[in-house]
Amino acid sequence: MNIVPTPEKLVVIGNGMAAGRTLEELFARAPGRYAVTVFGAEPRVNYNRIMLSPVLSGEKAYEDIIIHDDAWYAANGVRLERGATIVAIDRAARTVTAASGKVTPYDTLILATGSEPFVIPVPGKDLPGVVTFRDLDDVEKMQAAADAGGHAVVIGGGLLGLEAAAGLQMKGMGVTVVHLMPTLMERQLDPSAGYLLRRAIEVRGIEVVTQANTKAILGETHVTGVELADGRIIAATLVVMAVGIRPATALARAAGLAVERGVVVDDAMRTSDPSVYAVGECVQHRGACYGLVAPLYEMGKVLAANLAGDGAAYTGSVTATKLKVTGIDLFSAGDFSEGDDRDEIVLRDPARGVYKRLVLKDDRIVGAVLYGETGDGSWFFDLLKKETDVAAMRDTLIFGQAYQGGSPLDPTAAVAALPDDAEICGCNGISKGTIVGAITAQRLTSLEEVRAVTKASASCGQCTGKVEQLLAVTLGDAFAGPARKTMCKCTDLTHGEVRDFIRAKALKSIPAVMQELGWKTSCGCASCRPALNYYLVCEWPEDEVDDSQSRFINERVHANIQKDGTFSVVPRMWGGLTTPAELKAIAEIAERWQVPTVKMTGGQRIDLLGIAKENLPGVWKDLNDAGMISGAAYAKGLRTVKTCVGKEWCRFGTQDSMGLGIKLEKLMWGSWTPAKVKLGVSGCPRNCSESTIKDIGVICVDSGFDLHIAGAAGLHVRATDLLGHVETEAEVLEYCAAVLQMYREDGFYLERIYKWSARVGLDTIRRTIMADAAARAALFDRFLTSQKAAQVDPWGERVAGHEAHEFSNLTVVPALAAE
Amino acid sequence: MTDAHWYDIGTADDVPRRGARTLRIDGREIAVFRTADDHVFALENRCPHKGGPLSEGIVHGRKVACPLHNWVIDLEDGEATGADHGCAEAFAVKIEAGRLRLAVPRTRAAAE
Repeated sequence: MNIVPTPEKLVVIGNGMAAGRTLEELFARAPGRYAVTVFGAEPRVNYNRIMLSPVLSGEKAYEDIIIHDDAWYAANGVRLERGATIVAIDRAARTVTAASGKVTPYDTLILATGSEPFVIPVPGKDLPGVVTFRDLDDVEKMQAAADAGGHAVVIGGGLLGLEAAAGLQMKGMGVTVVHLMPTLMERQLDPSAGYLLRRAIEVRGIEVVTQANTKAILGETHVTGVELADGRIIAATLVVMAVGIRPATALARAAGLAVERGVVVDDAMRTSDPSVYAVGECVQHRGACYGLVAPLYEMGKVLAANLAGDGAAYTGSVTATKLKVTGIDLFSAGDFSEGDDRDEIVLRDPARGVYKRLVLKDDRIVGAVLYGETGDGSWFFDLLKKETDVAAMRDTLIFGQAYQGGSPLDPTAAVAALPDDAEICGCNGISKGTIVGAITAQRLTSLEEVRAVTKASASCGQCTGKVEQLLAVTLGDAFAGPARKTMCKCTDLTHGEVRDFIRAKALKSIPAVMQELGWKTSCGCASCRPALNYYLVCEWPEDEVDDSQSRFINERVHANIQKDGTFSVVPRMWGGLTTPAELKAIAEIAERWQVPTVKMTGGQRIDLLGIAKENLPGVWKDLNDAGMISGAAYAKGLRTVKTCVGKEWCRFGTQDSMGLGIKLEKLMWGSWTPAKVKLGVSGCPRNCSESTIKDIGVICVDSGFDLHIAGAAGLHVRATDLLGHVETEAEVLEYCAAVLQMYREDGFYLERIYKWSARVGLDTIRRTIMADAAARAALFDRFLTSQKAAQVDPWGERVAGHEAHEFSNLTVVPALAAE
Repeated sequence: MTDAHWYDIGTADDVPRRGARTLRIDGREIAVFRTADDHVFALENRCPHKGGPLSEGIVHGRKVACPLHNWVIDLEDGEATGADHGCAEAFAVKIEAGRLRLAVPRTRAAAE
């Protein structure tokens, strides 16, 4: 028999890439089986939405990105209803209704409604000049704005936002990217890659503002700027909202289909109605929604097979991301988080701006982040998707596909096997032959000597290990090995080297330090992170570089943790002086908050012990209200200035030691230092305030003031060394602050002043502070600059709501269900 | 997990990256940690050494350093790492529809 069946009516809502790919696959499998009608809200044929960025930047035209032209629709018998938005689905009658009122029947329906840009609900979001970045209409609006010149603010530092920013910048606009999170593209990149990306974006002249919460979009009749939560205002003639997308589900929801975040489908891409399928970004499959193109294509293939009656199951996708900005190579795939059951292989080449990280689990790649060199991305992605066992090629895996097949060597043997012209130090272009030649000819025996003679390892320090291996290979047993004390197991560099590099390379964040100096771990450890944070805070006082999560708890909450997890609070008492009003206030506060122990400290202040963490802001507020600020009794910073009574009362006093102590404390409070710093000011050589066991001590004498440094009274007891003599109080302040700044800039983290002095030599300090007026003035000046930013009462900030999450518990909703 | 209550404890964004928050269930204090790469873990908020509040420690990689004596505890299983021995109880956490869910085994009192 030769019966031609009437084709089933297939209606597709949406004319994007998912719909297009599904139909292509369907026509290949079952040509003529369905009579297809496609409704597209845009007045266009199907085009390649992921190529909108090059259209925006002018690198491509709309015609270049068309996937299916009119001829394709005609050839496949597809009726395309352009600019026709479907407003309702009647599942009982199996019809769809367009905005025009036209009703179209279906046998089978496909929802391919895609996603819609998320617009953050801030005042001004509907002003002219505020656009999203989703379709060609948006691109045309952005191009028109760019033609008029001016400044654009892109809200959102993800894939879409950065592509929009790069495109607008290429069109000649000034561009600022405003991003809520600390690093760009944080969902696809780890902080190291995020740092490199930021640098590359900034090099193009695009301003990046992270941790920026948009409060409002400003303007009366047209957008004029963006206001951030911290009060900053960025002027703008165009605002692009690119904070994210969400599945477009309104139609499905109204039709009564099962909808959660997206339209829920099973492995056959079927919704809760067996006659209705869904595909693409509007879909939620096994709890996941996708916003990248590869999964859409995989879904389309499965859906087409099911429509053709062949049967197929979609099991979810592993996704990979590439940023489409010319000149930036970036690739990320899979899950690149850390874990104890996971190993990571990290390759950093600071000179070339390359960062590669593979995350392995059970000898299989589960995640990959590549920056700067992404040629092996598809190979890694393939190994990841196929769950290939990589144990055999593990040692050379990170170098890529081209390096497979060689036999692994131990590092020293590998260096020994290098040819003489192999480059060891990429920064200075020093070859192995040059280094070995210098070691032999000039009888060099240490890394420092090799550095001084050849400049190898003197720039970024990355090749330090290799240079040491060359010393070992060349000298044999005569090489004593590195006598250097590295910062921690995360790096081969010493504290001093890290500080020098932070300065020389203007590194301003922990990820920047870790990337540029080749950190061996992705996130550091509890030892290096606080040290790096201090070095950055000290080096860049005018930049907001502080990372509270890299501080020890005491500095994070501005109180001292006790053995039972409660805290102690010490208000500042300038120079050890107090007043009846302060004492009354402290007494009342201690009673109000039921402080179990009130104790005098060794630094002439009052310690309130046993305060629960959640009560800290309340206690601080009450102390603030009584005019007191944090005594920083917890800080690697200026703690106390202990004084004796001095000439105001004491019959032996030679100078106003109380007054001078207060002046010193007012000058120095708030400063962060490598380790704690305590001062003493004694009114006469009887030294009642024990100034000669302080980090910095001042002894008043008839002719002026003796300045002492480097005392200690803890595990080690040490009397101070006399630094010199000055005649006026103003000099005391300048000289002491200069010493403190010299120590701040030169001391290693956790190195007290007496250890620093022993390391650099008292003579060096004395020469700088007492004999070199210009150096002293410069140090004093830098200290004052630093103090401008540092002298903010941390209690006041927290009472005002700063880091409020620190002091409250998570909210628990009682048991959902017992499983 | 058998015989456990699942609790809704908010969203991952409630917990700072490389940080922790705490909560109380049935009189037990539990610390919820979030790593730099946005994985969330929950441990009894007591260091196996001297009971220090792990929630106040520095989070690095998938470990936390106890603020009292610097024992380093693995966030995944609560085990002390390195030369130290001891274990803080670990609780299952999962993310469902953007919400954090925490599983706490039923105590005898709660099960009755």
